[in-house]
Amino acid sequence: MTRLRRWLAVTLLLLFPISAAAQTPVDGDFAALVGALPDASFAEVEALVGRIAATNDDRAIDVLEALAEGDLHTLDSNAAVVIVRDVGGDDHAFDALTGESYGEIPRRGSSAIRVNNSLRRAVAAAVGTLTLRHPDPARRLEAAQAAFDAPDPAQADALAAALDAEQDAAVRQALSEAVARAVLQDDAATVPDRRAAIDVIAARRDGVALGVLTPLVQSPDTEIAEAAGAAVERIERARQMWNMAQNVWFGLSLGSVLLLAAIGLAITFGVMGVINMAHGELVMLGAYTTFFVQNIIRTSFPGLFDWSLLIAAPLAFLVAGAVGVAIERGCVRFLYGRPLETLLATWGVSLILQQTVRSIFGPNNREVGNPSWMSGAFEIGQMTITYNRLWILVFALAVFAVLLIVMRRTPIGLQMRAVTQNRAMAANMGIRTGWVDAMTFGLGAGIAGLAGVALSQIDNVSPNLGQSYIVDSFMVVVFGGAGNLWGTLAGAFSIGIANKFLEPYAGAVLAKIVVLVAIILFIQKRPRGLFAVKGRAVDA
Amino acid sequence: MTSFRTLLAGAGLATTLMASTALAQSGDPIKVGVLHSLSGTMAISETTLKDVMLMLVEEQNKKGGVLGRPLEAVVVDPASDWPLFAEKARELIEGEEVDVVFGAWTSVSRKSVLPVFEELNSILFYPVQYEGEESQRNVFYTGAAPNQQAIPAVDYLMEQEGVERWVLAGTDYVYPRTTNKILEAYLMDKGVAAEDIMINYTPFSHSDWQTIVSDIKTFGSAGKKTAVVSTINGDANVPFYKELGNQGIAATDIPVVAFSVGEEELAGLDTAPLVGHLAAWNYFMSVDTPENDAFINTWLDFIGDEDRVTNDPMEAHYIGFNMWVQAVEKAGTTDADAVIDSIIGVQVPNLTGGMSEMLPNHHITKPVLVGEIQDDGQFSVVWETDGLVPGDAWSDFLPESANLIADWTDPINCGNWNTVTESCGGVTN
Repeated sequence: MTRLRRWLAVTLLLLFPISAAAQTPVDGDFAALVGALPDASFAEVEALVGRIAATNDDRAIDVLEALAEGDLHTLDSNAAVVIVRDVGGDDHAFDALTGESYGEIPRRGSSAIRVNNSLRRAVAAAVGTLTLRHPDPARRLEAAQAAFDAPDPAQADALAAALDAEQDAAVRQALSEAVARAVLQDDAATVPDRRAAIDVIAARRDGVALGVLTPLVQSPDTEIAEAAGAAVERIERARQMWNMAQNVWFGLSLGSVLLLAAIGLAITFGVMGVINMAHGELVMLGAYTTFFVQNIIRTSFPGLFDWSLLIAAPLAFLVAGAVGVAIERGCVRFLYGRPLETLLATWGVSLILQQTVRSIFGPNNREVGNPSWMSGAFEIGQMTITYNRLWILVFALAVFAVLLIVMRRTPIGLQMRAVTQNRAMAANMGIRTGWVDAMTFGLGAGIAGLAGVALSQIDNVSPNLGQSYIVDSFMVVVFGGAGNLWGTLAGAFSIGIANKFLEPYAGAVLAKIVVLVAIILFIQKRPRGLFAVKGRAVDA
Repeated sequence: MTSFRTLLAGAGLATTLMASTALAQSGDPIKVGVLHSLSGTMAISETTLKDVMLMLVEEQNKKGGVLGRPLEAVVVDPASDWPLFAEKARELIEGEEVDVVFGAWTSVSRKSVLPVFEELNSILFYPVQYEGEESQRNVFYTGAAPNQQAIPAVDYLMEQEGVERWVLAGTDYVYPRTTNKILEAYLMDKGVAAEDIMINYTPFSHSDWQTIVSDIKTFGSAGKKTAVVSTINGDANVPFYKELGNQGIAATDIPVVAFSVGEEELAGLDTAPLVGHLAAWNYFMSVDTPENDAFINTWLDFIGDEDRVTNDPMEAHYIGFNMWVQAVEKAGTTDADAVIDSIIGVQVPNLTGGMSEMLPNHHITKPVLVGEIQDDGQFSVVWETDGLVPGDAWSDFLPESANLIADWTDPINCGNWNTVTESCGGVTN
């Protein structure tokens, strides 16, 4: 019995490697390697990725990129490995090996080969090695960055060779950094080589450099540890300077959001003295208008998507403005001079607007996309500036400037000021005060709608959107000084910047509280805010 | 003002009530209370759960109801107002005389209704993942306890992604605070140094994430693999993910694993820049099982909108409802005491291919899945536990609750039994 068992074991041992080898595709056999992908575990796929890249096959880049994107599928019908591409809005399958088209595939007709983050990293590195000599400099730059992100000492020579052949300055820079990082990973590298590599990396002077150099401070080699330590210290010092600038930028950006949200209120509350609790909901209407416009553009005119916000802005102004006029004519005008009742009535209006939107569009968030010119970020030194925030700042200032001109330089602006400063006198001069009231309120509401267009880019588009801005808006207007547009501007930016300077130390929750308490104390000292309007107007 | 809200809600309520079907079963209907906010902040998440309950009741009636009697759903709207939850619960149990209530989402709303259910001795099924540290005789917790979501997710990041540095970011209220306390203790236990853990809280509906995302970037540039564990709630997630995408933090660099972001939350987002960020749940819509296919089809038919999604708390209600139905059939009555006794040990199929069981601590067994966000707003499962994980009411990683267990069967019959002193009442809730 024992003998039999032993015999069995030996035979199995002998058989096993053979059977395993029979299943494992041979290196260099592109078709077999790709064919093995669907049934492999994550770890096996990762190994296969490297081997597919090593075949240097022309099809390898397409297959690997499709894999990382989740576009490499197997067809349920014939188990072929295919690349799924979007053709005119429908999913079409193309054979991964022959490129032959299988036409459109039904929704559940194929299953994607699953990927996870570590696989995506492996693919990026593998594609990087394949595209180092790509004719397109942008692809070479990507390849160099991929090599930097996945440093591999074994690749150092190939990278150095690519560096020698490279002409493009940006790619050279990226390649030299990639070489340096690979050298630092290599335990066999000499001390001078590693020191030189540290200098190359340190020259980046950013967070990534810190990430590479910080672990080296613990290096057993004192010379390396010192060089890395000095570099880290230099970068940290520079970073503290940049942090100040970054905080100012964050503050300006938060301030611009506050300004946008508050500027309409500066008209309705600041100029007219109406406590308009429905202001936030007017902002929300603007955001939903943007959603609505984008929806139509998506289904009917996809080419216009990048223009969607510019189309939505005037519409949002009109929609919110019209609702504003309706609120003024239907409700607020009966309550002038009774602030408490105005407050309650507009609060009621805000609930009605919220629930109406909830009934029409549902309680869920609606997706408002960013046009391409509002996505992503660029860097100045160690500062990251995101495009959407930058454009919102520009937009806020533009809206402010236009509003200022309307109030100061146009007949309607003159009438608005006249009516709010002395209603009886204005009426005597032949101004239709009721009409001016409606227009003023409509203007404030319309601007709230514009704010909604901008806020849809950074916040939820849901029926609750307005609620989160109403308190902040009142805070800005009261702090800045009711009735003064410049006060609103100064108030918004000072609150924004103060908030952002406190946040790193106190945390987001405490920073908000501290700012609020500071404003309350300030109002105690100066009840009319930063820039009080002089004269009798305020009491009128 | 509250009465005004109620008025508004009432209008919506009347329409939903008319929709609930009463088929020709014999006997008086059994009333099922649905206590989910249909207005206010939480309406965004809870409205769907109200719909799923109406669907489950309708489906059960098609099968002939329970004990030969039809079911009738009674919907009320607590309007995201925590004290109103208690009032509405009382209205359901005393006024409408419902036999069971399915409801609540936030922990504060649950805590607000607990005394009502205890006093009036009724039954609540609570479908949302929560911070644990609680077990009440009248409540059944069908969402995940921390050991069924947070801990396995952290294990996944540690083992599969090699994460060594952790950002614990959450909204400032009880669920994130307790979860982060448990996670911090767990990570320290695993040998993570204190300086490798950054904890950050933000207010509800926080919308300006610039500073925090830039802090995360800085924290992540220390040469160690960094991940963010997010217990950020509801609304605040959209601007958070938008900022992450815009500042260029890719999942391959700093993955974010979220415990409150599901298919429903992603519906308001362009997920292309978020591919690869993670979520840990006990269910994903993308799970490929016959039960799930059937559930999704029933749901899409019921709601009449092909674009709607299903999510984890919906599955929790599905499991909880079926458990209750089975327990009532077993007990032969809807009497609360009888059902509370008979439901322990009841097993029903979940939607991921297993059988979930109601445990004596009123929590259930569930699988834990880690999924990566896809560009179509769905999750692809990248990891799951080998079997079902039993829910643990009291965390083993907090010193104050390490010795506590909950067991609502004889002889213990206690929600906070101290195994050392062998007495009930270790911690008061």
